[in-house]
Amino acid sequence: MFKFLSTYLYLRPKLVLGLLLGPPMIYMAVVYLGSLASLLVNSFYKLDSFTGLIDRQFTLETYAQLFQRSNLDILIRTTTMAAAVTITDALIAFPLAYTIAKVAGKRAKSFLYLAVMLPLWSSYLIRVYAWKLILSKEGIISWLFNLVGLNPLLDWILSLPNIGGSSLALSPIGVFIVFCYIWLPYMILPIQAALERVSGTLEEASSDLGAKTTQTFFNITLPLSMPGVIAGSIFTFSLTLGDFIVPLSLGNSKYFIGQAVYSHQGTSGNVPLAAAFTMGPVLIMVIYLLIARRMGAFDAL
Amino acid sequence: MHSNNKVLAILKAASAGTLLFLHIPLAIILLYAFTTDETTYTFPLPGITTQWFAVALARQDLWAALALSVKVALVATAIAMVLGTMAAAAVYRSNFFGRESVSFLLVLPIALPGIVTGIALRSAIGGLDIPFSFWTIVIGHATFCVVTVYNNVLARFRRTSNSLVEASMDLGANSFETFRHVVLPNIGTALLAGGMLAFALSFDEVIVTTFTAGQQTTLPVWIFSQLTRPRDRPVTNVVAMIVILITALPIFLAQKWTSDSSDANENGK
Repeated sequence: MFKFLSTYLYLRPKLVLGLLLGPPMIYMAVVYLGSLASLLVNSFYKLDSFTGLIDRQFTLETYAQLFQRSNLDILIRTTTMAAAVTITDALIAFPLAYTIAKVAGKRAKSFLYLAVMLPLWSSYLIRVYAWKLILSKEGIISWLFNLVGLNPLLDWILSLPNIGGSSLALSPIGVFIVFCYIWLPYMILPIQAALERVSGTLEEASSDLGAKTTQTFFNITLPLSMPGVIAGSIFTFSLTLGDFIVPLSLGNSKYFIGQAVYSHQGTSGNVPLAAAFTMGPVLIMVIYLLIARRMGAFDAL
Repeated sequence: MHSNNKVLAILKAASAGTLLFLHIPLAIILLYAFTTDETTYTFPLPGITTQWFAVALARQDLWAALALSVKVALVATAIAMVLGTMAAAAVYRSNFFGRESVSFLLVLPIALPGIVTGIALRSAIGGLDIPFSFWTIVIGHATFCVVTVYNNVLARFRRTSNSLVEASMDLGANSFETFRHVVLPNIGTALLAGGMLAFALSFDEVIVTTFTAGQQTTLPVWIFSQLTRPRDRPVTNVVAMIVILITALPIFLAQKWTSDSSDANENGK
């Protein structure tokens, strides 16, 4: 029986392909793409403000609401934060990624790799919680500033509009620090992977032809490692855009997209507006992914 | 040469700084589990105690949340291992139209913000009037777990010579025997590593879960409630420490199992 079936299948590679590919693709198409389609449809409905029920008629009113001042502010605030986090993480990540890929010996390399993987796979919530401990008013950062007598500096930072707040644990700068921390490994690993692929012979050729170390770096190594930076930025950008845990735990009353979605679908039951809000990040990420694919970033994922 | 040494020194210092930045918060978690402080997060710790471990272990709500998280992660991982391996085998075996799209579709749930996956599933569940349950959580988790298994297994397939499979068939084994005795042992550790990472991903997931769980409380949902409204600070400190220690284990194992063929590089998450 098995023998017969085996031969039957061996002679029909296309059938085997279909059997292998069918279940995962059907699952993803039905569950995931189906849900996305339902989300898209919902964003064209609107919440009836009198009855509190969802009016299932095609309308663009919900999208129009996005362009109200307060909602537009949320979109801009979130995108700015995502961009700032992405750029900061790329700058912090590069030296370590370079050390792992190009400088460290074999043993040091696997040690460093593990040292990056460990925080990446540790609990995301617990890492956010750690920063709540660190940034709180009576926590370790305040203590450190006190110790070296830089309290006025901390107070000055916290007094800045749009950045500061009552304490580091309740301010946009706190949210920024935590985002940078949480997503940093997602930037390090793709850059490292891309740097590994930059052939040493190219760098040698460059220096043989008289380029200084810095010239070689900026003309050869850096451009060739860009797919890794872009791959990493997909993660940092996308994850920041959609997160509501960090701003809810450490932010002030000014909303980010994630919080807006969370509260609109939750307390007010306004699924259409929540859906319309998510279309912003979806659009940004789809464009981002298409550009990234063109630039070969998927090989560095 | 002198300036090169200087650059190297700066590079090493920057790398060391980044490593400290990555690891000090984890160390802080280990430290705070022992604080006597019940109402604030005071540093330096006012006193050291181990009493909170007993308090945390006696909490029934925590055990229930942990049990639910483990169950969800196990089932979601099992689904992801089957679907991920099938997709990897299909993509590896043949060059078909739309092959690129398979990777694209699988990576989408983790490339798009978690809130998109969450609210999308929520609107579908709501639209179809499906009651929230254990299964709505599992189905949500499986969508983003598939890709970790897929990446790991595909990377291993690419390192495994297809001639082994042909040799097995030439020697008279049928497809199933070949899979059982040749393919499976080859991809075994990659499958296991992918599975563990999928488990870790599901075990820790909170954003999608808040949209698909209804009234159910997984461990991350419990921790999240403590983040926004801290009621049990000392207990949370202990839970945080235990979670950090437990999640470290699969990472070491996954690293170990994949390091001999070094395809761990392609996890990407």
